[in-house]
Amino acid sequence: MQNSETRANYDGIAVCVPVTVPYSRYSLRSAHWFCGRALADLIKGAGIGKDEVDGFCVSSFTLAPDSAVGLMQHLGVSARWLDHIPMGGASGAVALRRAARAVQVGDAEIVACIAADTNHVDSFRNTIASFSQFANDAVYPYGSGGPNASFAFLTDHYMREYGARREDFAKLCIAQRENALATPHAMMKRPLTLDEYMNARPIADPLCLFDCVMPCAGAEAFLVMSSDRAKSLGLATASILSTMERHNAFPDDPIQIRAGWAIDGDAFYDHAGVGPGDIDFLQAYDDYPVICFMQIEDLGFCDKGEAAGFVRSHDLTTEGDFPVNTSGGQLSVGQAGAAGGSLGLVETIRQLTDQCLGHVVKNARIGLASCFGMINYDRGLCTSAAILARSAL
Amino acid sequence: MTTPLSPPKKKDPVARTRQPTQPPGNRSREAQGLTSIAAVGRFALQSCADCGRVQYPPRQICGQCLGDELPWKDVNPLGTLLAETKLHHANDLFFRDRMPWRLGVVHMDAGPSVVAHLAEDCRQGDRVKLSLNLDRSGHAAMNARPENPAPQQEDDLQLRELSMDPKDRRVLIVNGKTPLGLALAKNFRAAGSREIFVGYCEPWKASGPLEAIKAMEGTTLIPLDVTDTDSVEELAAVLGGKVEILVNNSYHLRPGGVVDRMDLNISRDEMEIHYFGLQRLAGTFGPAMRARGADGDHGACAWVNVLSAYAQVNNPHFGTYSASQAAARSLTQCLRAELRSGGIRVVNAYVGPLDDEWHQMVPPPKLVAGTVAGRIVKALQQGQEDLSIGAVAEEIAERLAENPKEIEREIKL
Repeated sequence: MQNSETRANYDGIAVCVPVTVPYSRYSLRSAHWFCGRALADLIKGAGIGKDEVDGFCVSSFTLAPDSAVGLMQHLGVSARWLDHIPMGGASGAVALRRAARAVQVGDAEIVACIAADTNHVDSFRNTIASFSQFANDAVYPYGSGGPNASFAFLTDHYMREYGARREDFAKLCIAQRENALATPHAMMKRPLTLDEYMNARPIADPLCLFDCVMPCAGAEAFLVMSSDRAKSLGLATASILSTMERHNAFPDDPIQIRAGWAIDGDAFYDHAGVGPGDIDFLQAYDDYPVICFMQIEDLGFCDKGEAAGFVRSHDLTTEGDFPVNTSGGQLSVGQAGAAGGSLGLVETIRQLTDQCLGHVVKNARIGLASCFGMINYDRGLCTSAAILARSAL
Repeated sequence: MTTPLSPPKKKDPVARTRQPTQPPGNRSREAQGLTSIAAVGRFALQSCADCGRVQYPPRQICGQCLGDELPWKDVNPLGTLLAETKLHHANDLFFRDRMPWRLGVVHMDAGPSVVAHLAEDCRQGDRVKLSLNLDRSGHAAMNARPENPAPQQEDDLQLRELSMDPKDRRVLIVNGKTPLGLALAKNFRAAGSREIFVGYCEPWKASGPLEAIKAMEGTTLIPLDVTDTDSVEELAAVLGGKVEILVNNSYHLRPGGVVDRMDLNISRDEMEIHYFGLQRLAGTFGPAMRARGADGDHGACAWVNVLSAYAQVNNPHFGTYSASQAAARSLTQCLRAELRSGGIRVVNAYVGPLDDEWHQMVPPPKLVAGTVAGRIVKALQQGQEDLSIGAVAEEIAERLAENPKEIEREIKL
């Protein structure tokens, strides 16, 4: 736990140019293409040349056999700062905090944070086959080709431990679907009813179809640069109040009921100078609803085990008193591989810079984007989060 | 209570037989340690030599103190079921064919949390017992059952995929004329085998055990001479599609080594029966069994070789016999590899000296046939791959693991 007095703030750093390369269920394009289109949109949005981007932070599962290194040659860019973060769903806020520090100390001037993945018919199978040694040795042989079974365990345990009901998860999923209806690139286009949710095809008890994200292809990206530079480019920006990351939190918990936010949350808010009550909307990582419940608790919006009650007593739509996943989240928009880890952050930038593609949270000043990723064996290992605010004019 | 196993349905000759598939078998070198533990029916996990922490999944560095000595130690297999799920969807073809499939997370008393196949009678919060079994890919898998066995838990269909239970299956015993042949027939019968085919050769020689088998219900005697290719081929043509467990009990022992007994004919007979005989059986019954490895809940599942413990190290008192057993043993490893794609498991039973006329000069301990047969059937029920039967065989395995040169010098009758 860090001391917020000694930890530098993010003064003078701007986050801007939220970019989404529209999603598709399957694509013949490569991850390189999605990265390249994201970069093209970033420089177009910023009104700069390709050569002015001197830093890159890349996250992708399907670039293999390349990494961010090969991508440099592929895209014909020459970076003086390069990072490739293998953190999947947690990559968004992690990329942001690294890029921000690089710009702050002058190691780079403009950093493009790009998270992109393609989805061929066999991509999911290939990603699974080479995901982790522990998964190969101790999870996949049991039939759970992918994360469904692992999250079924966490959901089953959570429901019994804290009395959450499927109806509570349904409320979140239905609200997110409502939020998604205005998002042009969302994979899910129709409203979700309680009946549809409750009677959906079972996948891995207690998870049914609408508890699971749909894998797809797409990219999410944004730029980090100095506020002065952004101002001179005339860009709408958000500022960073605080960030956090934590990996393999609570390794001695026999099954996951909490994650890194529960360790670092207090220091995170202290550093930001705001509390949970000041947050105008939450973008919670939502590969499965139970993980959203965990974030609502661990990030201090309610006590442990009370997320179900919290969800019951709040309206989670963009019109509501506690907007969650305002673009629809991965459950409604789709999970474009590692881009899922930046979806919430990019939407946060949009909401705070008046560049929404869909529904707007009115008068939003401060947003929290929280990320989670990498089920290595029995639990998600990576957590990260960022609090962004509307930049002062 | 576990849902009782349904008896096999009459096979529709027109319908396509379900093709064998395997569960994912891509394991790290460290995880192969579990395979050798499961093969002999133990339950052991890596335990740090420095801090004692029990590790799972297997690894090379202690997750607590970073020590790198992680020997495999027997640990308490009990734990509490923390969470369960029933899979209705899988991308993997093996599991797709067998939906729904139950899994759980077990918090072991020994420390780690373990993802395991889950027996029908386990519920969240229950005390459960874990075992390591070889799955159809030939690799170790964790399996959770109620701590106190549920009635007829062996009927659990998931468990049946991890074992080679003879219940309701048809068995071929090669060379049934010996006391061990009879004991095997009795034990398979007691274990609920549906039909037992007993092969015998040299019909002109009287055999007490054979007469006893004749009188047993559910057994069929059939002429089979493993030294005669035509005989094996003819039988495989008739029985190949019916045998679900094959037990090769071929046995031809004559004392003597190579310096003091220059008799190539004896050695040839031994090779003919133990080595070429196995090859003939493998080439005829092997393909048929492999094709039926996924044929319902009663499909082909196991090939048992009754081998001498001296297959692993030569005993000069039975020098050429040991050599023929070693040759056969090597062939069983080939057989194991070739049958794996059908999910058929090859079980090697390494047997110590039997109490028969050919071991007259061997001092005790010697094995009675009933003990050997009982152990073989139990190994099938538990899904073991290698078993040493009797004190002599167990000692040989231990001494070989400890110092192969010592036993090579000191092995005695």
